[in-house]
Amino acid sequence: MNGKTTDNHSIGYGTYIMVWLGLVALTAMTVTVSGFNLGALTFVMALLIAISKSMLVGSYFMHLKFEKTVFRVFISVCIVTFIVIIVLTFSDLSFR
Amino acid sequence: MNQEAEAVLGQSLSEDTHEHVHRDDIGSRMGMWLFLLTELLLFGGMFLLYASYRFLYPDGFRAAAIELNTFIGAMNTIILLTSSLSVALSIAALQKGQKKLCIYLLYFTLLSGLVFLINKYFEWGTKFQHGIYPKGPALENMSQGQIMYFGLYYVMTGLHGLHVIAGMVFISIVLALVIKNKLTSTNYTKLENSGLYWHLVDIIWIFLFPLFYLIH
Amino acid sequence: MANGTIAIPIEEAAVDFYHAEGKRKGILAWLLTTDHKRIGLMYLAAMMLFFLTAMTLGVLMRLEMLTPNNTIMSATTYNSIFTLHGVIMIFLFIIPGIPAVFGNFFLPLQIGAKDVAFPRINLMSWYLYITGGLLAIISLFTFGGAADTGWTFYVPYSIRTTSNVSFTVFAAFVLGFSSILTGVNFITTIHRLRAPGMTFFRMPLFVWGLYATAWIQILATPVIGITLLLIILERTFGIGIFDPTLGGDPLLYQHLFWIYSHPAVYIMILPAMGVVSEILPTFARKDVFGYKQIALSSLAIAMIGYLVWGHHMFSSGISDTSRVVFSLLTFLVAIPSGVKVFNWVATLYKGSIEFRAPLLFVLAFIFIFSIGGLTGLVQGALSTDIHLTDTYFIVGHFHYVMFGGMGTIFFGSLHYWFPKMFGKMYNEKVAIIACTTFVIGFNIMYFTMFILGYEGMPRRYYSYLPQFQTLHRIVTVGSWIMVSGIILMLSNLVRGLIKGEKAPDNPWGGTTLEWRTSSPPPVENFEEIPLVTGGPYVHDRETYVMHPDKEAR
Repeated sequence: MNGKTTDNHSIGYGTYIMVWLGLVALTAMTVTVSGFNLGALTFVMALLIAISKSMLVGSYFMHLKFEKTVFRVFISVCIVTFIVIIVLTFSDLSFR
Repeated sequence: MNQEAEAVLGQSLSEDTHEHVHRDDIGSRMGMWLFLLTELLLFGGMFLLYASYRFLYPDGFRAAAIELNTFIGAMNTIILLTSSLSVALSIAALQKGQKKLCIYLLYFTLLSGLVFLINKYFEWGTKFQHGIYPKGPALENMSQGQIMYFGLYYVMTGLHGLHVIAGMVFISIVLALVIKNKLTSTNYTKLENSGLYWHLVDIIWIFLFPLFYLIH
Repeated sequence: MANGTIAIPIEEAAVDFYHAEGKRKGILAWLLTTDHKRIGLMYLAAMMLFFLTAMTLGVLMRLEMLTPNNTIMSATTYNSIFTLHGVIMIFLFIIPGIPAVFGNFFLPLQIGAKDVAFPRINLMSWYLYITGGLLAIISLFTFGGAADTGWTFYVPYSIRTTSNVSFTVFAAFVLGFSSILTGVNFITTIHRLRAPGMTFFRMPLFVWGLYATAWIQILATPVIGITLLLIILERTFGIGIFDPTLGGDPLLYQHLFWIYSHPAVYIMILPAMGVVSEILPTFARKDVFGYKQIALSSLAIAMIGYLVWGHHMFSSGISDTSRVVFSLLTFLVAIPSGVKVFNWVATLYKGSIEFRAPLLFVLAFIFIFSIGGLTGLVQGALSTDIHLTDTYFIVGHFHYVMFGGMGTIFFGSLHYWFPKMFGKMYNEKVAIIACTTFVIGFNIMYFTMFILGYEGMPRRYYSYLPQFQTLHRIVTVGSWIMVSGIILMLSNLVRGLIKGEKAPDNPWGGTTLEWRTSSPPPVENFEEIPLVTGGPYVHDRETYVMHPDKEAR
């Protein structure tokens, strides 16, 4: 056991509010972009914006930025698993 | 050496129960994160189905998405984002010893969740009235792509709604604990963990919103 | 010491956990316990009941298959029996088996901890297990009877059949939740509660096996959770997600189902492989060969195991591209398993072998699992699988790896850790006879299935052509021999429980931490949390300081 079991990473109110403003801005952006007809790119943009919002929520609201590295490793493992599942399933769907 | 470890861990042995009460905040958060990963993959299975059917029925999905009200969807997104802010602020408040502020923020979070659910209720209600539900009259006349879209819509937003309710239950419990001084400025992991669950619910909606409401 | 073990001072004075004075008495001391050792034993008790139930169902199946016509049951009954046999064996025995019983009992001991990270959630896992098990049994008696879909619940039949699929499926869902919580508990325990000095690469290999398993439990189980939920929703509301008449794709169900169920087989086997890596160094009196490779191969199997699920769907209608991709990936997963087998054999080589019952189970395992694994390659090859899929060849294969693999080691673990868990010894001679009988019966029964399958006998069929008659009879007789072996083995263990001689703290000369405390252990496992100074399988010097406090003074 590594001894340390508690850690007080205290983030200020201001940081949280800035993150929230960013999230609201990204939401406005995604609604606006969806109006443009860019074909497949619209979908990709929407996904990228959603991913950015999730990363903001994850890093700041969920404190991932301040946690031990192992937490970020865990999440990466989960995300990679999900991507692998999608890719392999589509190896079936896209080639039928 | 063991005594040092015990001091750091706050380990204590209860003589009559032989049960150990040892505190490990990092471990507690780790357990919660691992549980959240399982929730992510639970929804992940649904997202896989969504991706598959959207790939198979691009036109059907586009046609069906028109039925959804983008404004309500966007409002609900903002509501959840704000509730995530309030729960994050509540932890900061408790850390700073501002118990009253923490409590108000938690009430606000609960209120936001409630408003979200009410919006959902009306959204679903409107669709039911129009006959758009599994085996419903309107759905029977729609294309297969549209039927798949609405099947996914109900399951995913329904499952998400259940998780909003679960999150509200967790928040209510920690709210009670804060009021009773069971959670303090030095002991707040349960609040953090409930917050984590709530943020997960928020993140899932962050993806649901563009995928269902913003297909044009 | 003369036999090569180190003189290890025996912990005494501490009362063992059965007799410790607790807050509660009697049955409540068990039902409300949070002690990982009691929880492990409660899992064992329940699991044995479920196993014997499913084993009986299996015996009944084989009796029915003695003739091509109605022997003792109707065709629809047969469908429900093999479905329930599969559901109980897979979800109540093979998947939870080693982690729930031996993982719970020995993980904290092997890492030098007092309990798992979340003891109360551990108890909740057990209650979920019991609930799921009861739901599965009750499904037999509900309106419509137990599901007759096979344990795979394929759509569209599972949506349309009138048997009580929702009930059976819900049982599996609850069991999945139990599995997930155990996974969360074990990963946190391994990350946070290792004794000072125990780095990841000083952990016993059983712990590595449990760690890799726990990751699969976390990452794969939710997918079947949602899939099973969708079956229930489909049946109840007619949503249409898998209904081809509404635009649904039944293959997507199969994808979702196997995205869990293939990794699930690694949940089944990785802990067993971990136990093999424990038993071999003990009875070879030698450090394990290639510790790091065995440890990392567990992770590799877990990872690659995620990439191969499509090999269950080769003849279902998926694209040719994906079939080739999945076939190639399937071959890859054999590599880390091969690494393990080679390292195990190398561990035995030039060891000072002490031949006892646990070792016999392990040797049987290596032989049986190799056959199972090699036939897996035959099925992984696209061209041969087209002919063999849905035949008895597959049934033979998975019984070899699941039952002959995990099952044999479950029995082996019972024998290896029996003295530690119960403080008693069983009769060694009877154990060897029982094991031998089991192995002989097992091979007669299941090897014949390869032949049956190769010659074209389909699986899940109630009736068959006359040319298969003799082979079916051989399989059934094999099942009787095998079951006799199992009954003899279990009786021997029960007798040991009641009348066996008292076990010493370390009857086998094992080097891992569980052998450094009394048989059975005290409630807190150790008087003091030990200090770790080396690897787990070192036989010629001490790598654990059992009383670091006392020695420091």
